[in-house]
Amino acid sequence: MDSPLLDVRDVAVHFPIKRGLILDRTVGYVYAVDGVSLQIGRGETYGLVGESGCGKSTLGRAILRLEKPTAGQVFFDGRDIAPLRGEELRTMRRRFQMVFQDPLSSLDPRQSVESLLVEGMKAHGLSKGADADNARLRELVDSVGLPSTALRRYPHEFSGGQRQRIGIARALCVEPDLIVADEPVSALDVSVQAQVLNLLGRLQRELGLTYLVIAHDLAVVRHVSDRIGVMYLGGLVEEAPAQALYDDPQHPYTRALLSAVPVPDPEMEDRRERILLIGDLPSPAAPPTGCRFHTRCPWRQPVRCADERPQLRVLDDDTGHRVACHFAEDVRSGMLQPHSVEAQPESDDVLAPGVVPDLPGSVTEILGR
Amino acid sequence: MSTTWATRRKTRIDDLSAGRSLTSEAFRRLRRDPVALTGATIIGVFVVIAALAPLIAPHGAAEAFPALQENLRPGSIPGPQDGFPLGGDQLGRDFYSRMLLASQQTLLVGVLATVIGLIVGIVIGTLAGAFGGWVDTVLMRVTDVLLAVPSLLLAISVAALAASPSQTTVIIAVAVVGVPIFARLLRGSMLSQRDSDHVIAATALGVKRPAVVLRHMLPNAIGPVIVQATLTLATAILDAAALSFLGLGDADPGRAEWGLMLAQAQSYLDVRPALAFYPAIAIIVVALGFTLLGESLREALDPKGSR
Amino acid sequence: MTPLLEVDDLRVAFRRRGEPDTVAVDGVSFDVAPGQVIGLVGESGCGKSVTAMAIMRLLPARGVRVTGSVQLDGVDLLGLSESQMRERRGKDLSMVFQDPLSSLNPVIPIGLQVTEVLARHRGMAKEPARKAAADLLERVGIPDPRRRLGSYPHQLSGGMRQRALIAIALACRPRLLIADEPTTALDVTIQAQILELLRELVRETGAALIMITHDLGVVAGLCETVNVLYGGRIVERAQRHRLFGTPRHPYTHGLLRSIPRLDAPSGEELVAIRGSVVDNLPWEHACAFAPRCPRAVDLCTGTTPLAETSGGRLLRCHNPVPASAE
Repeated sequence: MDSPLLDVRDVAVHFPIKRGLILDRTVGYVYAVDGVSLQIGRGETYGLVGESGCGKSTLGRAILRLEKPTAGQVFFDGRDIAPLRGEELRTMRRRFQMVFQDPLSSLDPRQSVESLLVEGMKAHGLSKGADADNARLRELVDSVGLPSTALRRYPHEFSGGQRQRIGIARALCVEPDLIVADEPVSALDVSVQAQVLNLLGRLQRELGLTYLVIAHDLAVVRHVSDRIGVMYLGGLVEEAPAQALYDDPQHPYTRALLSAVPVPDPEMEDRRERILLIGDLPSPAAPPTGCRFHTRCPWRQPVRCADERPQLRVLDDDTGHRVACHFAEDVRSGMLQPHSVEAQPESDDVLAPGVVPDLPGSVTEILGR
Repeated sequence: MSTTWATRRKTRIDDLSAGRSLTSEAFRRLRRDPVALTGATIIGVFVVIAALAPLIAPHGAAEAFPALQENLRPGSIPGPQDGFPLGGDQLGRDFYSRMLLASQQTLLVGVLATVIGLIVGIVIGTLAGAFGGWVDTVLMRVTDVLLAVPSLLLAISVAALAASPSQTTVIIAVAVVGVPIFARLLRGSMLSQRDSDHVIAATALGVKRPAVVLRHMLPNAIGPVIVQATLTLATAILDAAALSFLGLGDADPGRAEWGLMLAQAQSYLDVRPALAFYPAIAIIVVALGFTLLGESLREALDPKGSR
Repeated sequence: MTPLLEVDDLRVAFRRRGEPDTVAVDGVSFDVAPGQVIGLVGESGCGKSVTAMAIMRLLPARGVRVTGSVQLDGVDLLGLSESQMRERRGKDLSMVFQDPLSSLNPVIPIGLQVTEVLARHRGMAKEPARKAAADLLERVGIPDPRRRLGSYPHQLSGGMRQRALIAIALACRPRLLIADEPTTALDVTIQAQILELLRELVRETGAALIMITHDLGVVAGLCETVNVLYGGRIVERAQRHRLFGTPRHPYTHGLLRSIPRLDAPSGEELVAIRGSVVDNLPWEHACAFAPRCPRAVDLCTGTTPLAETSGGRLLRCHNPVPASAE
């Protein structure tokens, strides 16, 4: 696409794992994000989906420069923001904002809603005096569906869904171009999720926003996104327009993922064939060689899969459907049949110097943050 | 309509009243807590006494009265009599007046020492927590060293450095004891604040770093430190009393301060134990008042207690 | 057939000093037949977890009032003493919790946690218990089970821990298993594995399963009968095909229309339920769901809707969605 709003090129985020008694030594790395490239056009909603340890949240934070990418470039509106620091970075932040997963912890409990919203405006010189600000604040809370009385209240006085709306209002107060929503509804009650999703859709239409929605819930992502990227263990394994991903999943992992999502339809649940993956997600600290998914892939072949890491490529159409699999055509045509996979024996958790800890789980679990 | 329905109505978003901040909610809880009220009452009484002492004490602290002195014998100190409700002390002074006037000195020393320690501790803790890295390491190693020394020993060492003993020495010595405690506590709170979502959100919003530290991190981290301060106040009074006891404070024998009076009464325990009894009780009760308040403050500030 | 479990008018109220009682479970009644799989579905605060804890008698003794009856094989569990209840827990009924990390003892290897149960209820000696434990771990799909007996919970992944929890719960072949959000904290592909495991084990051991979750997709595939809870009461109960095919209660109906579904045509707007869970009325005088209900009529804010059963279906509503709709 020409002049995308966001152009991520080969971004990697590696966290050093430090152990040591007196001086911390680096004994290994968590390859949270390991070479991801994607583009998001203006006004588009890109959905990033994957399970724990896939790096989607880390990628979102790297794009927002809340983490510094270890490698790669992040072009925002044509400008590489990866190397920015200090005041330059701070002023740039106005243009891309984040909506957090947990509405309770992402709002300062000691500040009133008014104070929270005005802060962003003041930080970027958008404050035009008390009256103008007041009007703007009322406009903001109104646009997220809250009454103006909300302004003088404190976060703990609201319900989860209302807090999330405040979080959205805060992101909007600096008039950004891009909003990265990291699990925007997963901490909310099921009956409230739809309200927030509808709100996000409406705001996009009204304000011409661009969204990167990060979520583990495939149904949510499919509902809100124009295009979806599926991540596994630090890499993008498939990228396609939302409906195409559902109609024609090309990557084995995507197929397994889709078949695992429970659907509230008993007949469909009874009929569907589940592709059950064996074993756990490998640790991002010790990713498998070659194709990251080959250890659990029901279509794994003896050649190439364990040695060569597949690149994202287009199979045959021009809808921008890309997949990172050596044998995608054969899997799709049915020429290759799925076979059973044995569970991998797990190594001991020995933290001797030089041994990379084989801890399961997400980046958060391993780094303890 | 049941009461639950009525209570719920008040918190609905349509209510036009102003919001209730966490601090005001904490105060509301405190007002209803009997432990907090007891502590606050005790402290309140002492503060009032200390403030009004010069007005209500019938006599001065250093005045000696012939009426009392003539009854002094080795082995006998006059007890309560006309005009002297608590009797005299070993130099024939009015014990009652001295007790009242001493409240001023004791509270002053305790409060000043704690506040100074608090301010210095907060500064160190904020710097360590906000900067991290080597600043944090250096500051924390220093506080570790200070913490390793038993508090009274530390206070004595600092007080002994002074050329001549005085009240200021005592205040500073006791303050130094509090600094590492506050610093460490605040630094720990700040570190956990640093990783919290709302601080990251403020950074993401583009708020400048000093504002993030002072407006977002510090107010949320300071709770435990304030609680600790009320508890430390209690021990500060005790430590100051101990230092006076050991002769490291202002040596003017005419001065009225509970710790000093307790020290001087040691030699007369068999003659007139009341001279030691009253100051000791006074110190204990004040310390208790602050401890009770501090404990209930800790519970009130705990966000899990709110809903 | 006599039901295995009969819950009758279960009520759980929490009391805090100086505040009125909070009623978490407000007259819940349901039966579970031997080997049956039923679901308790609802959002946070609906009382489903508290119901499970009340059945297992795991609620704290102080500050909680539990009334009603919970009959397991004809014995009222609520009337038993703590030691009598302990006899039954693990042997006749057991529970699998949501967060395996906090429900497994972090300082004891999982093998020991399994053998503990076996020793307690089946009186097994150490070596046979270890062998049985290893077999159990293997059955739940933990690779290299003999070695894993010595592993601590934090050395296992979330999915593995949950399998270990299931192994512990099923070690003594209880006739009733209660699973409280067992897969909520797990990734979706792991969730599929665990649900499949539960399905198999329940079939194999003949145990009845009460599945508690907020995820309607999970119950659609797993549970024969589904109970929908709101505000501490069951508002609808039906056999799963009928519940999802023709939801009658506006809450169920609204919920099904508001969740994004993989199989829905894309671009369709979600129809949200307005308000939130805190916007409710007390059941004694009205329907708790009325403030949010698109079908509310005057009757709904003044009179409690009673639970009516017809054709195997329970419905608590004055103005339900017509049977012929959608």
